[in-house]
Amino acid sequence: MIDLDFMSTTTAALLRGLPLTLELFGSSALTGLLLACLVSWMRSSGPLLRGLAGAYVFVFRGTPLLVQLFLVYYGLSQFPEVRHSFAWPFLRDPFWCAVLTLSMNTGAYTSEIIRGALAAVPAGQIEAARACGMPRRLLFRRIVAPIALRQGLPSYATELILMTKATSLASIVTLKETMFLAASINNQTYRAIEVFLCAGVIYLALNIVLSRAIALLEWWLSPHLRRAPDALPGLDTPLENVGPLETPRLSSSP
Amino acid sequence: MIPIALSVTDLRKTFGQLEVLKGISLDAHQGDVISILGASGSGKSTFLRCINLLETPDSGEVRLGDEVIKMRQGRDGKAAAADRRQVDRIRSRLGMVFQSFNLWSHMTILQNVVEAPIHVLGRPKAECIAEAEELLAKVGIAEKRHQYPSHLSGGQQQRAAIARALAMRPDVMLFDEPTSALDPELVGEVLRVMRTLAAEGRTMLVVTHEIGFARDVSDRVVFLQNGLVDCDGSPADVFGSAGSDRFKTFIARHASG
Repeated sequence: MIDLDFMSTTTAALLRGLPLTLELFGSSALTGLLLACLVSWMRSSGPLLRGLAGAYVFVFRGTPLLVQLFLVYYGLSQFPEVRHSFAWPFLRDPFWCAVLTLSMNTGAYTSEIIRGALAAVPAGQIEAARACGMPRRLLFRRIVAPIALRQGLPSYATELILMTKATSLASIVTLKETMFLAASINNQTYRAIEVFLCAGVIYLALNIVLSRAIALLEWWLSPHLRRAPDALPGLDTPLENVGPLETPRLSSSP
Repeated sequence: MIPIALSVTDLRKTFGQLEVLKGISLDAHQGDVISILGASGSGKSTFLRCINLLETPDSGEVRLGDEVIKMRQGRDGKAAAADRRQVDRIRSRLGMVFQSFNLWSHMTILQNVVEAPIHVLGRPKAECIAEAEELLAKVGIAEKRHQYPSHLSGGQQQRAAIARALAMRPDVMLFDEPTSALDPELVGEVLRVMRTLAAEGRTMLVVTHEIGFARDVSDRVVFLQNGLVDCDGSPADVFGSAGSDRFKTFIARHASG
C-alpha cells in the first residue's frame, strides 16, 4: 500500500515548504530569545516590571498557542486602532502574525528557562567573584552568564524542538509551509499515511540536526563535566610518555 | 613601627533577632598572621565576611591601609556601602579563600587565576599568565593548570583558590575555614602552603579550627565567644596562662575530639 514513488514526489513537494518553516522557526527563535532576555531582566528589577513580566509568562504559558495565534491573526484586525496603526502592514501579514505569536509564546517559556538557569548558578562562585572586586556587570558577563548558559542549554534545546514543531500551526493561518503543503496534498490525494509520514520525517530530520547541533555546543562548552584529560605534558611529565601523540604529526609534516 | 594593614573597629552585625557580632575590634599590622578561633556560632566567619562586605555590618568601621570603607544609612534604615566602586576596589585588595573553594567551574585552573587580575585590575594578559604559572608552581599544581576544578581533589582546589587570591597581589589575605571542607589527609597540603605564605610575611587573617596552625604559625590568636573577643594575644600567652577558662575548655574539646 505504500507507494515509494509517490512518497518521494511528496517529499520533494513538501521540501518546498521547508524554507518557510525554517524562516518561521529562525525569526521566532531569535525574537523569542531576545524577548526572554528582556523578560528575565524585568523579573530582576522593580515591582511594576516584575509584575508585568510575571503576568506575561502566566498568560502565554497558560493558554494554547493556537488560541494565541487566532487572537493575533483574526482578533487584532477587529480593532480600527490596530488597522490604522503603524504596525498594520505587519499585523495584516500572516507571516508576521505567526512570528509574533510564536515569539511571544517561546519567549515566555524561555524566560522561565533563563530564570531557572540563573537561579542554579552556585552562590559560592558568585561570592568568590564579588570577593575579587568584580563589579556587577563584569560578574554577570564573566561568571553568571557563562555558568547559566551551560545550565540552561539542555532545557533550551527542548524548547527549540518544541518550536520547530509549533511552526506547523502556522499552516492554519494560510502560510504555505511544510505542514500546509502536506494538508493540501492530502486533500487532493487522500493518502494521509504517506503524506503525513513524509511531513513527520521532515520535522524529525530537522530536529535531529537541531539537537545534534546543540549537543555539540553543549559538549564544547562543558569540558569541565567530562573526564579529566591525562596530565598535560609539563615539567613533571617525562617526554617519552608523550611520544605516541607526536609521532603521526611529525611523519605527516613536510 | 610597623604600619597597620587592616583595622576593624567596633563591628556589629545582627541577623534578625540574633546579634552575631557585638562590637569586635581588631588591628592587623603588616605581616601579622592572626588566627581567629571560636566555637561554631561564635561569629568568626561573619566577622571575616564583614571585612570585605560580603555581609554588610550594621555598624563599625573597616579601614584598609588608610582607606575607610564609606557606609551610609540605607532607605530601610540598615547600613549599606555608600560607594560600590570603593567596595569593589577594597575587595580587590583583600584576597579571600573560602571553605568550599568556590573556583569558577567553567574555567580552567589557569583561567581562574588570571580572571580577576586581567578583568578587574586590567593588567596585561601575558604578564598575568606568567605570574599565574609561577603561583601555581608555588602551590604545587602547575601540571593541573589546564584542567577544570572538578578534575582536582579538594586540597588541589583549595591550593588553586589560594593562588587565585594571591594573583590579585592583595594587601591582606582572608581565610574562611580553608581546611574545614577537606578530607583529613588533604588538610596538610593546604596548611603547608599557608605556612609558606606566613613565612613570606604576608598579612593573613585565618578563621580556622586548626589549633596546631593557630599555635605554631600565627603571631596572634583571637578567640571569639558569643560575638565578642574573649581573648586576644600571642599564641604563647593565650595558650599559656593568659588564656581564659572558656578558651581552655574550647581547646580541650578540640584536642579530644
